[in-house]
Amino acid sequence: MTSASTPAKARGGANPYLKRLMWPLAVLVALIVVNIAVTGFDFIVPSVNDDRLGGAFVNILRRSAPLLLVSLGMTLVIATKGIDLSVGAVYAIGAAIACQMIIDAENQSAPGLIFAAVALALVVTGVIGAWNGTMVAYFGIQPIVATLILMIAGRGIAQLVTGGQIPKVQDSSPFTELGRGAILTVPVPIVIAALVLLLLALLTRRTALGMLLESVGGNPEASRLAGIRSKGITVLVYLVCGLCAGLAGLIGAANLGSADANNGGLWIELDAILAVVIGGTALLGGRFFLLGTTIGVVIIGTLEDTIINVGLSSQWQFTAKAIVVFVVALLQSPEFRAWILKPFKRKPETPAPAPAEEVLAK
Amino acid sequence: MSTQTLTERPSRSTLFDGLTRYVPIGATVALLVALYLGGVANYRNFDNPQVIAKLFIDNASLLVIAVGMTFVILSGGIDLSVGSVMAFATMACAWLTVEAGISAPLAVALVLAFGTAWGLLIGSVIHYFHVQPFIATLVGLFLFRGLTLQISDTDVSMRDVEFFHWGMTHVDFGEVRDGGFWLPYLSFLAFAVVIISFVVLHYTRFGRGVYAVGGSESSALLMGLPVARTKIGVYAISGFCAALAGVLAAFATKSANPLANVGAELDAIAAVVIGGTLLTGGAGFVLGTVAGVMVWGMLNTLIAFQGNLSSWWARIVMGVLLLAFILLQRVLARSGEKRRT
Repeated sequence: MTSASTPAKARGGANPYLKRLMWPLAVLVALIVVNIAVTGFDFIVPSVNDDRLGGAFVNILRRSAPLLLVSLGMTLVIATKGIDLSVGAVYAIGAAIACQMIIDAENQSAPGLIFAAVALALVVTGVIGAWNGTMVAYFGIQPIVATLILMIAGRGIAQLVTGGQIPKVQDSSPFTELGRGAILTVPVPIVIAALVLLLLALLTRRTALGMLLESVGGNPEASRLAGIRSKGITVLVYLVCGLCAGLAGLIGAANLGSADANNGGLWIELDAILAVVIGGTALLGGRFFLLGTTIGVVIIGTLEDTIINVGLSSQWQFTAKAIVVFVVALLQSPEFRAWILKPFKRKPETPAPAPAEEVLAK
Repeated sequence: MSTQTLTERPSRSTLFDGLTRYVPIGATVALLVALYLGGVANYRNFDNPQVIAKLFIDNASLLVIAVGMTFVILSGGIDLSVGSVMAFATMACAWLTVEAGISAPLAVALVLAFGTAWGLLIGSVIHYFHVQPFIATLVGLFLFRGLTLQISDTDVSMRDVEFFHWGMTHVDFGEVRDGGFWLPYLSFLAFAVVIISFVVLHYTRFGRGVYAVGGSESSALLMGLPVARTKIGVYAISGFCAALAGVLAAFATKSANPLANVGAELDAIAAVVIGGTLLTGGAGFVLGTVAGVMVWGMLNTLIAFQGNLSSWWARIVMGVLLLAFILLQRVLARSGEKRRT
């Protein structure tokens, strides 16, 4: 499966990579065009109000930041042929710990307290991630099952932390800046998400880590025989995924100023998996596209606004999401493309690299 | 898939041969008995037979979707859409009978046919276009939740439709006070589904095909088994089961809630896993799934009998028990492996 990336490098171009990104990009552009057609160019052009960037599209990006963080972690996990269903619950736990710690203190604005709360939440979510990874790597439990446990129990733990209440942080607390503030006019959530994206991209594409990840995903046993510590890498990846989900929970909670253990990050795991798949990362593992995932997240975020903009009721949300997933999933399927294009083609199609990969993958 | 499967579980052929393949299901049954005896020892009236009967009343729908899910998981797939399809089926029953005025039996038949057709469609997409089952059925999860909400975003009552009173009509086995129990017709429908599935899975060509495809799809193909028919068939079965579960829910509650059964697919997957079926496919039993659903129901009953456990404790206990089950099965399987080698 690593062969998917090696020929790309051997041919010295990002061509197959761009080809993978083409379909998601086309969908995103189509969505943006629809929005511009309905609401005018204000949709895409950012405006500056109160020293911060505004405008519909910037807001979409700001609201998508938690989903992007979760999806980036998910991309790495899926690259190792795993899946993390517990991210929604981890999101709720991270949010619950930070908010509960802040409202338990007397002075909710003390910088030390905020720092400690954020640090504690990240440590706990990191430990939870590492636990998932340990279950998968050392106990040999299937990733879906291993993370299903925390998906079911995790929201219960978050309820336990908050005592069944919804802790509400004072609006004056600097904690809320994490979700509402701006650095150099750019909203903080976008900055954080962009930094994490950059960091992960550098770590995986400028060091050997990305290749190791793909080889573990392609064949854990062969990687081990080749001298890769596949178990350690698996634990690390789940740890990063847990951290990302915790960070996303912090941003979400800071934006709302509260942590809802039941509904915070509800179904974010499905949205994240969706974003990863739209971005061209196969659930079979062995290759991953962080940039594709980013596009997937923006598609999901834009879609939600598009529904409102074209005047459909919010009940269309689910239906529209389903249609987009269906279309993207079909477009990414080489078999479907061949089938639908058959009537338009006279000579037999020369086998593209993509179908060959898919055949190998099956 | 074949090479990956071989490197991942080199010991599987020995592990799931002979008697050792009954170890996981044995552990599940043992835990079920332990839970029951623990309940009897700690709570008054827990030994009433109606406690057991109630498991099959409250969890009839879950049992049906879990049985459908067993087929899909055995074939190496997964079906995330069952919870939404179930809610949609209930809502469609309500809409067809109350709003459209179609006679109830016809409405039920339409809903069941629709569920099967949906399964056929999604199975075809998975097989012919190689869309991953997780994603293809995720479409169903979103689509049918959306369609359900579009039919109605509030509860719809079916109390006025005579037909839907049939399901809760019950058969008495002795007087409840004297140690008897009763079961409604809908539980018998669920039993029928279990029995038919058991026969299909273990005594028909199709059933053996399901195991073969789950074990290794390429081997099954090379052996000349009808892989396409099998793979599409399991999703059709799951779709039918989900629709039937929705009809059972309509019988049980006589109302349709657009947000009903959120997460039912997870309960079903959990029950199948607790019942000893491997999520990678190829190994498991439909009766294990029944045991899994009973454990799930028993836990809920215990928490209800305890009375002072809040809902969030229920969730944590469920998670811990799921963990315990998985680790237990793992340890048992490993020791079995060592004994053999």
